[in-house]
Amino acid sequence: MKKAAITGAYSTKVGDLEGATCMSLHTEAGLGALADAGLEVGDVDGLLCAYSFTEPHLMLASVFAEYIGMQPSHASAVSMGGVTACMLVMQAAALVEAGYCRHVLVVTGDNRLSGMRGNAVQALSEVGNQQYEQPYGMTIPAAYALVAQRYMSEFGVTSEQLAAIAVTMREHAALNPKAHMRTPITVDDVMNSRFIATPLHLLDCCLISDGGAAVVVSAADTAGDLKAPRIDVLGSGQGHTHEYIVAAPSLTDYGCKRSAADALGRAGLKPSDIDVVEIYDSFTITLLAELESMGFFERGEAGAAAAAGELKIGGKLPCNTHGGLLSYGHSGAAGGMYHVVEAVEQLRGAAKGRQVDGAELALVHGDGGILSAHCSIVLGRA
Amino acid sequence: MEKPVPRPNADSAPFWEGCAAHEFRFQRCNSCGKAQFYPRAICANCRGDDLDWEVSVGKGAVHSVTTVSRGPSVAFKEDGPYQVALVDMDEGFRFMANVRGGEAEIGTRVRVIYEKRGDQTIPQVEIGG
Ligand SMILES: [Zn+2]
Repeated sequence: MKKAAITGAYSTKVGDLEGATCMSLHTEAGLGALADAGLEVGDVDGLLCAYSFTEPHLMLASVFAEYIGMQPSHASAVSMGGVTACMLVMQAAALVEAGYCRHVLVVTGDNRLSGMRGNAVQALSEVGNQQYEQPYGMTIPAAYALVAQRYMSEFGVTSEQLAAIAVTMREHAALNPKAHMRTPITVDDVMNSRFIATPLHLLDCCLISDGGAAVVVSAADTAGDLKAPRIDVLGSGQGHTHEYIVAAPSLTDYGCKRSAADALGRAGLKPSDIDVVEIYDSFTITLLAELESMGFFERGEAGAAAAAGELKIGGKLPCNTHGGLLSYGHSGAAGGMYHVVEAVEQLRGAAKGRQVDGAELALVHGDGGILSAHCSIVLGRA
Repeated sequence: MEKPVPRPNADSAPFWEGCAAHEFRFQRCNSCGKAQFYPRAICANCRGDDLDWEVSVGKGAVHSVTTVSRGPSVAFKEDGPYQVALVDMDEGFRFMANVRGGEAEIGTRVRVIYEKRGDQTIPQVEIGG
């Protein structure tokens, strides 16, 4: 089996990018990642894309390939919500490992803020079950709030501990000039921000941003003349338990347990080997529950760890060093790709101002739906 | 914009017809005995296709609940904050509903009531029971 490695990574600006389109963000991200890898469009034999809310299309990879004049020998588009970015990287690695492709360009991006102007929350609520959830005014934050209430009652997690996660993400974003929201916040700020769905306050919820991000996944033996260190895909895994929260087998145990165990197992590693984690943080509870479900902390301990600063750069387990979806930005499928790009930068030692000392191994994790679909990827500096 | 009205399909038509008659119907699998909600063509536990409709007594306990301040559309915003709950029914299945007649918390006992929604009748829960 060939070895797969990330050879190029790029993210656009994030935030309110008036004038950007889904395709312009794809183009900047995709060409940026290729330039980072020292490749041309003609070198790419595989193209993987996600989905768009502002330019929805059944065949987004074909739309993008046509837009930039690329004629790849392999293309597909995957629509799995927030887990899509990680899933695409896993799929790209599988294509490379199986010998179908040598260089796979993985591109995500959407102008979800400027292109939707306030309608993103409503559009997202339509992913709820039409008969058994939508009639009750379920929103995505409400579904995660149901998880949070149950998780807090079973494991003694407090709102202050959730707030500490939001504060940590903002501290990291403050170190990152590209982040969408950089103004420092306190635990009190989070606690005093208005409720969206109890117990989740506004500042427990991720941002809505424009932006795009892309990576190139290559056969490791083709990665000879890179400007930056090659980042190997050491292992990946997925876990799927449900789609709708009304049918979730558990509100406290999710598919990330399996996805992380498989990814780490395939890499021959355990959670304590990992130097830095970039984990999907659509809400503060998402990150806390995933950290525990994946085995980075015991049940009921991630909140206290966050409050004690253990998730900070320099802490025991630096987490979401770019600022995460909570403060760096969330642009649909690109939201999860920002985590991938940040892991690459950390492992290259190129995360200026926010570098985790000696970072050699990273775990990236995405989840889609309401903790429905999970994908974990272990990356390592070659 | 009106609140969403459920659109029945072949799987769910008996359930929604039951709601119209103020009867909460759920499926039980004759192969493995498991109660199932929402209705499907097969049992998601054992893939058996021998499913019977039963009528729930309509009582259960709140598994989790949230008070939503920001609803998905103007129709919900007009209600002010409303509660969305996952309810574990005594027969062993779970469904989602809004809470009427007070504020629920985890463990609160509730009973099913019915509300008209467009041309359908949807189940809700109220405190008590
Ligand atoms: Zn069965």
